[in-house]
Amino acid sequence: MALLEIRNLSVSFETTAGRFFAVQGLDVSVDEGEVLAVVGESGSGKSVAMLAVMGLLPDTATVSADAMRFEGRDLLGMTPRQRRALSGRDMAMIFQEPVASLNPCFTVGFQIVETLKRHTKLSGSARRARALELLTAVGIPEPERRYASYPHQMSGGQCQRAMIAIAMACSPKLLIADEPTTALDVTIQKQILDLLLNLQTESGMALVLITHDMGVVAETADRVIVQYQGRKMEEADALTLFEAPRHPYTRALLSALPENAVGGRLPTVAVGDWGVRT
Amino acid sequence: MSAPMSPPVLETRAVTRDYETGGFPRPRKTIRALKGVDLQVRRGRTLAVVGESGCGKSTLARIITLIDAPSSGEVLIDGQPVDLRAGLSREMRRKVRIVFQNPYGSLNPRQKIGDVLEEPLLLSTSLSAPERREKALAMLARVGLKPEHANRYPHMFSGGQRQRVAIARALMVNPDLLVLDEPVSALDLSVQAQILNLLQDLQEEFGLTYVFISHDLSVVRHVADEVMVMRLGEVVEYRSRDEIFAAPEHPYTRTLFAATPKIDLERIRARLAAKASRARGA
Repeated sequence: MALLEIRNLSVSFETTAGRFFAVQGLDVSVDEGEVLAVVGESGSGKSVAMLAVMGLLPDTATVSADAMRFEGRDLLGMTPRQRRALSGRDMAMIFQEPVASLNPCFTVGFQIVETLKRHTKLSGSARRARALELLTAVGIPEPERRYASYPHQMSGGQCQRAMIAIAMACSPKLLIADEPTTALDVTIQKQILDLLLNLQTESGMALVLITHDMGVVAETADRVIVQYQGRKMEEADALTLFEAPRHPYTRALLSALPENAVGGRLPTVAVGDWGVRT
Repeated sequence: MSAPMSPPVLETRAVTRDYETGGFPRPRKTIRALKGVDLQVRRGRTLAVVGESGCGKSTLARIITLIDAPSSGEVLIDGQPVDLRAGLSREMRRKVRIVFQNPYGSLNPRQKIGDVLEEPLLLSTSLSAPERREKALAMLARVGLKPEHANRYPHMFSGGQRQRVAIARALMVNPDLLVLDEPVSALDLSVQAQILNLLQDLQEEFGLTYVFISHDLSVVRHVADEVMVMRLGEVVEYRSRDEIFAAPEHPYTRTLFAATPKIDLERIRARLAAKASRARGA
């Protein structure tokens, strides 16, 4: 049984110009211990689909699916309370802007302990010990001092590490990382990706990595979903995707990479329907 | 194009820049954001400046665009030293233009695109209104936009179109040197390819010289003739693109190259195989 199973997911928003589908007819399944990359350009619905899984979409969004199951439990049929008990414990998410995702008014230590308080029965001192252990695990130097630091006192890379510590606090089975390194420098990006992959290997959790960067996909993913305008264009294991992409959109996207250009001009990706039927 | 003996379009000599920080209640501190940068760019060439945040590349951009004066050292445009404190001639202002990373932030939301393009002409030429409009429309067409776009506001454009507008505005007064500060970093891959192609077309057509600031090495490799790698205000390596990509010399350049994600089928194969064997062992 897949850890996360989604069939025919649609997410739509009511707009003045009628109903807009951000995601349409999407099937996703994630197995335990797997690294799945969801790749696409802006507007491809890659974040929206995962926000639907986490139940983080605003009320204006209409989510429908034939099935949306986590460990066999129906996510759509759950009460908000059951949903809250699940997210942060069994599934967690980290975001693109680490500095903006942390609460500026509270220390990093407090924000890690908050998750433990909500989801575990640990005592106060055990929570603190676990938080320090997590800060060490995500490679933050001087965890004792950083425990009492506020987000603005740390760099972007440090804040993303702290976010990962919060997400890992209850040893989730599924971690969704939404463009976790887009706002970071390349050397820091490498550190964060290495950290995520090491944590994934050690804990055996599943990792869904949302990204627009084909290089990041190549360095991390086992399996890849390519999305365009809310639809899945192609799904393949990482090697097949780069070696023999089947969908014309994937091929166009890969050939538009500057490193694949053979001198002169880059081939451009036409805005087309790419087989999208609405 | 130009005779080999003509001076470089842009030259800097030992340019430094200090910023004062701190002050009450802490003591004042001077931070040296640029620690002596020497560079030369010849006509029609592209110099890429690469580095991570805090390396001084934007400080350098402001100095070579003649927005800020260096704390010490010299900036020469077409072989002529520039002294910002003594004021700039219109002619000097015309020669250097800049395109910023965020095209929405660099366009006035209340100004129509046609007016955006005409403004540089109003400020630095004595053309009549119909002449200005005609030039603006011609430039719109040149960057791949339509005449009817002239009456629209920035919010009505996509990111890629806005970047086209920003490039068109920079080119209105026939500059010699264009400073491109992360011009494609905020754009999607497919749009990035279009803008890079446009920049290459324009460079050939107008004989433009580019200073291309970027953190993306794959883009740099595609556009640059020379590459300058900066770290903490210092130039750590400055050589031709082919040399630097073939054999990076400085340890920092190597670190930077190693950290850049690459699509390498052999590496993917090895990674997946390692994972599969771990799974079998477990």
